[in-house]
Amino acid sequence: MNVVNLFRIAWKALLRNKLRAFLTMLGIIIGVASVITMVAIGQGSKQSIRDQLSGMGSNMINIRPSSNVTVGGGARLGASGLQTLKVEDVDAIKEKVNFITAVSPGLQASGQAINGALNWPTTIQGVSPDYLPIIREWKIKEGLNFTEQDVKTMAKVCIIGQTIVENIFPNGQNPIGQTIRFGKIPLKVIGVLAEKGENTFGQDQDDIIVAPYTTVQKRILAVPYVQTIYASAVNEQSSDTATQEITAVLRRQHKLKASDEDDFTIRTQAELISTISSTSELLTVLLAAIAGISLVVGGIGIMNIMYVSVTERTKEIGLRMSIGARGIDILLQFLVEAILISITGGIIGVALGMAAAELINILLQWPILVSESSIILSFMVCAITGVFFGYYPAQKASKLDPIEALRYE
Amino acid sequence: MDNGQWAMSFGLRTTLYHSPFALYLSLTFTINIMANAILDIQHLKREFKMGSETVRALKGVSFDVQPGEFVTIMGSSGSGKTTLLNILGCLDQPTDGDYLLDGVNVKKLSRNELARLRNRKIGFVFQSYNLLARTSALENVELPLLYNSTISSQERKEKAMKALEAVKLADRMDHLPNQLSGGQQQRVAIARALVNEPVMILADEATGNLDTRTSYEIMSLIQELNTRQGKTIVFVTHEPDIAAFSSRTVTLKDGRVVKDSKNENVKSAKEALDSLPVNDDY
Repeated sequence: MNVVNLFRIAWKALLRNKLRAFLTMLGIIIGVASVITMVAIGQGSKQSIRDQLSGMGSNMINIRPSSNVTVGGGARLGASGLQTLKVEDVDAIKEKVNFITAVSPGLQASGQAINGALNWPTTIQGVSPDYLPIIREWKIKEGLNFTEQDVKTMAKVCIIGQTIVENIFPNGQNPIGQTIRFGKIPLKVIGVLAEKGENTFGQDQDDIIVAPYTTVQKRILAVPYVQTIYASAVNEQSSDTATQEITAVLRRQHKLKASDEDDFTIRTQAELISTISSTSELLTVLLAAIAGISLVVGGIGIMNIMYVSVTERTKEIGLRMSIGARGIDILLQFLVEAILISITGGIIGVALGMAAAELINILLQWPILVSESSIILSFMVCAITGVFFGYYPAQKASKLDPIEALRYE
Repeated sequence: MDNGQWAMSFGLRTTLYHSPFALYLSLTFTINIMANAILDIQHLKREFKMGSETVRALKGVSFDVQPGEFVTIMGSSGSGKTTLLNILGCLDQPTDGDYLLDGVNVKKLSRNELARLRNRKIGFVFQSYNLLARTSALENVELPLLYNSTISSQERKEKAMKALEAVKLADRMDHLPNQLSGGQQQRVAIARALVNEPVMILADEATGNLDTRTSYEIMSLIQELNTRQGKTIVFVTHEPDIAAFSSRTVTLKDGRVVKDSKNENVKSAKEALDSLPVNDDY
């Protein structure tokens, strides 16, 4: 019997029992649809986390004093209390490290931003002019960035985030050129940052004032050290090399002996991305595993129905054998039926899964990514399920004795 | 036999001796030297092992059937009738003795070769019709040809329509079995038996489920196939009045042939049908 006939016969046999065929398929449909949807959700959230982290500057390198250093009496100090990083370190990195495009000191201070009668608690970030455009890739919506000259003169200028604008410039007032106070220090607003929204961790990124680091260091905090050094690697791949170079430069700067531990820690954004990605990767695998189990359950459903079908159609099998069907013809007939059920179920399942993923995206605003590989994979699993669970019932059918089968009631 | 035959046997338990080629040789060989009996059984024995006991269902049966004969095989239950029918239909093989169907010795054939033989040389008609439910009459008739890879789908349809015409059901080819009467269903079954142009039609109590009138209609059709188209018919029954329509009756008892007689005056089923009182039950 040729293949076309096989499929035609199997298809007709399924059409003879439409409801049953559909119910059998349902197991596979639900299995495949849930695999597609779950993987789409997992992949979607992974992609969105990646995108957000990249938005924070995927090449960013973060250097902080290490809390592993003990001071007198053996007590360890928290990183913020450490004073090992200096502006000279920043200059040394800028000069000697090849794989970075920009480097900036970082100093943070908390306080009230005041405009007339209005005030708002916020954070001021003291950095170099390269910080916004190069390290953070953050655009200034209105006004201008500060300059190296402003850094040198400890200029009382600042760039403010959208949240600050909303809270202390309420009536659509143009903040550019206005003077606000941060604590006691008056600062002239020279620019407004483009809106960035919340980051992955729910922090409002727009609740910030950016000023020259010298202004924050000398005028607000009055400290000789810097809290953080930000740098930007040439690209994501070179951030490891850059890290090694920075380590070497800083160790020399701090005159550490070979046996000494680093008195600073370097974190790269790439590292963070891979950590968080691997978490959502695990989530995807777990979701897919749960969905995969339902696919197996669907397969068992097929096996069950095929066994019932073989018993129920014993007489038909006997007849087919008596008019010349060989064992293999019967085997193939039932096998193809099982495969047709699973593949048809698979097609419906893929369509349904994609639709469900799209619906979740529209209704819940969850990020969704339907990957081709999940479609191909679940489709292949379907076909294999059909063959695997269909084989034993089909083999049982093909081994029937035609005489007994014909007499079966 | 063609290349398709080889492909069909691919991967199956076919030894060199049982190969289609050997079959082909023996076929041509026997046809050339033998009197062309359609069916030739010699000292046929069939034993069944039931636990420690051996039941001897056939104890040495011999007879032959010539082309164009209409033979009824009669016998009460337990006479070995069903066992003989299974062997004649190549569904079972004898324990001892020889069975030559159209010159082919069935004894040496494998399961798959038997299937092929059934497909090409035998047309079955059963008591309970055995039509596939929810499948049109035409498709039911096409069924045997689906297992013959040398026949194209076009040819298959033509042959099936021709067979349905032969049983005067051409106008019902799209009907499903449950839309047909018992007699019509049996006629579809006969068409299915005819469609592969078998050397022999093997009927098993083919009128057993039908009333007298419909039985006579079926018998009239079978007689017509026998006389007009020269089909060889072997008809198993236990009803003597059905046997009266055949040209020869072989009677079995306790696994042996007790009577094998030519029927001198064959009754015409058509006349019997006409002589039946007109049905006025409803």
